[in-house]
Amino acid sequence: MSIKEIDTVLPTTRGETGIRERRSVVKPRRWKRYEAVIIGTVAVTAFLTTWHFVAVARIVPVLFLPGPVDVGEALVKLFTDPRQNIWADLGTSGFEFGTGYVAASISGLLLGIVMGWYTRVQYALDPFVNFLYATPRIVLVPLFIIWFGIDWQSKVAVIYLGALFPMIINTMAGVRNTDAALLRVARSFGASETLVFRRVVLPGAVPFILTGLRLGVGHALTGVVVAELVAARHGVGKLISDYGTTFQTPKMFAAVMFIAGTGVLLTWLLQRIENRFQSWRPQIKS
Amino acid sequence: MVLPFAGHMGAGTAKLVAKDVAVEYWLARSERLFTAVDGVDLEIHDGEFVAIVGPSGCGKTTFLNAVDGLIPICGGSLTLDSRDITKPGRDRAMVFQQPGLLPWRTVLGNIIFGVEAQGTMTNAEALEGARKQIEIVGLKGFEDAYPSELSGGMQQRVNLARALLTDPEMLLLDEPFAALDAQTREMMQLELLKIWNRSQKTALFITHDIKEAIYLADRVIVFTKRPGRVKLEIDVDLGRPRSLRVKRDPKFLEYEDRIWESIQEELAARPERLLAGMPA
Repeated sequence: MSIKEIDTVLPTTRGETGIRERRSVVKPRRWKRYEAVIIGTVAVTAFLTTWHFVAVARIVPVLFLPGPVDVGEALVKLFTDPRQNIWADLGTSGFEFGTGYVAASISGLLLGIVMGWYTRVQYALDPFVNFLYATPRIVLVPLFIIWFGIDWQSKVAVIYLGALFPMIINTMAGVRNTDAALLRVARSFGASETLVFRRVVLPGAVPFILTGLRLGVGHALTGVVVAELVAARHGVGKLISDYGTTFQTPKMFAAVMFIAGTGVLLTWLLQRIENRFQSWRPQIKS
Repeated sequence: MVLPFAGHMGAGTAKLVAKDVAVEYWLARSERLFTAVDGVDLEIHDGEFVAIVGPSGCGKTTFLNAVDGLIPICGGSLTLDSRDITKPGRDRAMVFQQPGLLPWRTVLGNIIFGVEAQGTMTNAEALEGARKQIEIVGLKGFEDAYPSELSGGMQQRVNLARALLTDPEMLLLDEPFAALDAQTREMMQLELLKIWNRSQKTALFITHDIKEAIYLADRVIVFTKRPGRVKLEIDVDLGRPRSLRVKRDPKFLEYEDRIWESIQEELAARPERLLAGMPA
């Protein structure tokens, strides 16, 4: 057996000083951190510029394709023109959206929890959930108008059904997803069902529930517009429909932008809440 | 082999008594009755540290789960302090192979989870106790860290502290160091012994690592292949406290040889036992 014991002799490559030559480590550029924002902004700006020049070239009339400037002007006019009763429309749509979305969130959460926790309830309700989820909600609008009239009630019903299923399905998945090892630990320490639910199952389901809430926003907004397109007295969807049929394309675009902006804003807010609740998750480094 | 009670006087009174214990359960997928252990006879005395080793899949973990009350036994009797074990209880606490920590709770929050589930302490008492346990298991400074920020060894310290805080009569350890790297494992063994020396709790330790079993235990029990039962019992006469150096002791190596032979003998195929009700 040969044993080579290395003592205090420094590697010979270090020379007389004994100090190792160092190569500098590349430091990441500062703008790397803002890369996503920068590239996104550049892309959007490029798109708007192209759109603007295509529009001002007037290859097609403004009725077909208004430019971004036209849309911007129309959007300002929507809010400043005294003849425009925009607040009545916003109030109606906002009320419908809020009522339907909140009702869907609460009942979706409760149904999702019950279905996730009690397998037999899930077996009983699954056919209905699958059937209704697979049905495009727009086909129910005429029925809801017969049932509830063309006032807010029929809109709330459509919004409710739209936002309900993402909530149910995500909450249920969250409850189901509970780590079996955690349940075993809880059982081993003699935890009651209530404690297991409140301390293990529910906290674990929170990220799923928030995802459901976020997806529900999109579905609920679709519900608002779709229901109002079919029949309504007031509302942003009704505005879009009116401007479309009277060829006021810039105003129609403005209303669409408004809906899209609301969706982006709400989704962004919920995404922030989701991130807050997941601070315990391992940080993903890009 | 059941020895008369008087034979164990030196090691204190019998704490855990298993007589002819059998555990069977249905395998849902193959629709077969599975016999995990059959005819386990053993006694563990107050303050004794016993380790069970055996070929993998021999039912040693199943037996431990039965002692914890997570799985019902379907034959024989299993008592702790002369009371039948039917469900998990405050007199036992398990240290799991997988740490099983709540990822959204900090170290402190996870350590109190055991007593919180048992409902034996107020929140303030639990937190105070947890801070003491944190010092004992060497996690000072990590009170507010989340499990995802801890190494495997540190997670198992939390797992251990959670069990210790419930102050059980008997500590059950299910291969708690199996997933750790060799160096961390040795360090954890050393620390576990230190902690055990102070508390002198009755401990039942499951492992597949022969060295680990000898190093930790007063008595090593070898299980047969499935369905598992006691094949060999060896009293480990190495004195305490034990340093890691004891693993180089000739006596230690002798125990190791003996147990290794016994397991090898089990591993050599014995088809007639393989037919006794388990899947191929």
